[in-house]
Amino acid sequence: MEENVLILGATSDMAVALARQLALEGYSITLAGRGSDRLSALEGDLRVRHKATVFSAEFDALDFDSHAGFYESLPEKPDIVICVFGWLGDQQAAQQSWDHCKKIIDSNYTGAVSILNIVANDFERRKKGIIVGISSVAGERGRQSNYVYGSAKAGFTAYLSGLRNRLFSHGVHVMTVKPGFVKTKMIEGIETPKMLTASPKAVATRISRAMKRRKNVIYVLPIWSLVMLVIRSIPEGIFKKLKL
Amino acid sequence: MKKLITNWNNYPVVEAREISFDYERELAQKLNQQSIPHGNGRCYGDASLAPEVVNTLRYDKVLAFDELNGIITCQSGILLSDLLQIIVPRGWFLPVTPGTKFITVGGAVASDVHGKNHHVDGSFSRHIVSMSVLTGTGETFVCSRTQHEDLFWATCGGMGLTGIILDVKFRLKRISTAYIRQRQIKARNLDEVMALFEENSASTYSVAWIDCLKSGKSFGRSILMLGEHAGTDEVNRDKVLVPKEKALFKVPFNFPGFALNGFSVKVFNALYYAKNYKKVIDNITHYDGFYYPLDSVLEWNKIYGKRGFVQYQFVLPLSSSKQGLVDILKRINKHGTGSFLAVLKLFGEQDDLISFPMRGYTLALDFPIQPGLFEFLDELDIVVADYGGRIYLSKDARMKKEIFWKTYPRAHEFKDIIKRYDPDNRFVSRLSERLTLKP
Repeated sequence: MEENVLILGATSDMAVALARQLALEGYSITLAGRGSDRLSALEGDLRVRHKATVFSAEFDALDFDSHAGFYESLPEKPDIVICVFGWLGDQQAAQQSWDHCKKIIDSNYTGAVSILNIVANDFERRKKGIIVGISSVAGERGRQSNYVYGSAKAGFTAYLSGLRNRLFSHGVHVMTVKPGFVKTKMIEGIETPKMLTASPKAVATRISRAMKRRKNVIYVLPIWSLVMLVIRSIPEGIFKKLKL
Repeated sequence: MKKLITNWNNYPVVEAREISFDYERELAQKLNQQSIPHGNGRCYGDASLAPEVVNTLRYDKVLAFDELNGIITCQSGILLSDLLQIIVPRGWFLPVTPGTKFITVGGAVASDVHGKNHHVDGSFSRHIVSMSVLTGTGETFVCSRTQHEDLFWATCGGMGLTGIILDVKFRLKRISTAYIRQRQIKARNLDEVMALFEENSASTYSVAWIDCLKSGKSFGRSILMLGEHAGTDEVNRDKVLVPKEKALFKVPFNFPGFALNGFSVKVFNALYYAKNYKKVIDNITHYDGFYYPLDSVLEWNKIYGKRGFVQYQFVLPLSSSKQGLVDILKRINKHGTGSFLAVLKLFGEQDDLISFPMRGYTLALDFPIQPGLFEFLDELDIVVADYGGRIYLSKDARMKKEIFWKTYPRAHEFKDIIKRYDPDNRFVSRLSERLTLKP
C-alpha cells in the first residue's frame, strides 16, 4: 500500500502545492484543516489530477483538547506528517491586544507542539516516520515589524531541533523548513523582492526532495542562507537601531 | 497595498490593489465596493485592469472529470496548460484553444476565445455546459443555455462585467494522439491565400501567417497552416498521449526600442517565408508546437520593450473581406510599422450577444507603441467599421467608444443585462469605463 502523508493546515497555498506534489509522486494524502467545503474542492482536485487516494479530516490547530481524538480517528496512520499551519497576524494588533498576540503564538507554536507531541509518540513507538515542520526565517532574529510571529517561530524551530535529537535514535526523521518569502495569501498585498520569493510549487518540490534525502534544516531558495547569515551577524548594538 | 499591474502587452499600466481567494466564502468576504476579475494577465488590453482586481489564479481546483464522456468541471482560475496535463494523457483535448495555453478558464469564457478551428467548432462558449457566476447583486447563479440564459450569454465574451466566474463545466474533444497532421501551403499573394482558405474549409484547423510589408505582385504573401488530429497509426512512437511542458527559451530582458524596426521585421518575415522552400509541406507535429508556437519562448512580449505594444485584431464580414483586407493592408503597408507576425483566419458562423467572431476574415497584428500609432489605429478603426467589421475587445486598449457602439450591434442588450446582474456597478474595468458600458 502507498505511504500516507498527513498535511496539517491543508487550506494554505503551500499545503495545496505540497498535496499536489506528493499525490503526483504516488502518496496517499490526508488533508487536515478547518472547513470541509474548502477541503472537498482540493480533495476532488487531487483525485482528478493524480488519481490519488485522499481523505480529509476536520482539524483545528487552536483546539488543543481535540488533537488526541483527531489523531486517533484518522482512517490511516500517516508515514509522513507535514505541519504547515501558521498565522502571520498583525504585529501592531498583537502589541495592543493579548487575544491577538496569543492567537499568533498558539497558531505558530502551541498548536504545533500540541499535535506534534502526539505524532512524535506514535512514530517513536512505530520506530519510523518523517515529521516536517514549516517554520520561518523570521524566527532567526526578532525584528520590530513581526517579532511576536518571529518569536513563536523561533520557539517552533527550537522544538523541532529538540524533537530531531530525541527521535533520531528511534529511526524517525525531523526536518525544519524555513521558506523565506513565498507567493501565498499570507503575504498578499506585500511586495517582496522577486529574487527572494519562491512559488508554492517550488517550495513543494524542494520539500519533497529534501525530506527523502533526510535533510535536517533547509531554506527553500539557497540565497536565503546568505541573507540570514548577514542578518544574524549584525551586532545587536547596531541591529537595535535598524528599522526592520 | 497597491502595486503596478498590466497585461501581456505592457500597456496600459495601472496602479491596483489585488485580492485573491481560494473558496467562495472567502471571496464574498474580501470583495469590496468595485473590482474586476483578473486571470493570468494574457489579454492585450485593459479589460481586466482596474484600481482593484480579483486575481483568480488560486481558485484553480478541478472538481470533476467524466472521462467517459469528456466533460470536465473546474474552478475558473485553472490554466489551460494545467488542464492539458490532466486531459491529454486520458485521450481528451480542449474543444477550442487560443494561441497560448497560459490563460485561465475564466479568461477563456470572458473573452469567448476562438482558435484555429473556429469555422468548424465555434468559439469556447459553444462547448460550455453550465457555469456559476457570483454577480454584482451578491448572489451566485448557475447559468446555461436554459437557465438564466441572459446571464449565460452576457458572461460569454462579457469581459468579466457580469461578475466573477466561479466554476465552469464544459465538453472536451476526443483525441487518440497528442499529434497533429500538419500541412503548410505557401501562397504567393492575398488572392491565393483566400482561395486556399475556402478550398480547405473542411480542414479542422486552419490559420495563415501573412507578410504585411510586401507590396506589388507578392502583396499579402502567406503560409497557410492546416491541421487534423493524427491517429495512432500515423505517429511512430511508443507513447502517443504525452503533453509537453518545458519552455525552450526565455527572453531575458526588455529589448531597446530600436531593436524592432522596419528593416528587422522585413528580414524576419523574409526568412520566415523562405524557410518553407517547397510549395506544400506535410508533417506530423506535436500539438504544442502547432497551437502554441510562441509559448516556447517565455516572456516573448519583452521583445517589444518597456513601452509595450498593442495587438490589433479585427474581423470583416465575408462579403466585404476581400476589399477591406486589401484596403487595410495597403494602409498598414504605407504606414510602414508592420508587425512581426500577422495572423489571418477565416471564421465560421457566429452571432452571439457580445462575442467577437462573425463569419468572415480576421486579421491580428502587433504594433510596437510609437508616436503616431494611436492616431493611425483610430483611422483603421473607422475603415474597419465602414466595412461592417469590428475589433476584438480582449486585444483592445484604445478603441473609441463610438466605434464600439457602432460595431457591436447588440451592445445595448448586453448593457441592459449587466445592469440587471450588477445594478450597483461593482464590476468595473478600464475597458468598461472607456466604452461606457458602465456605469
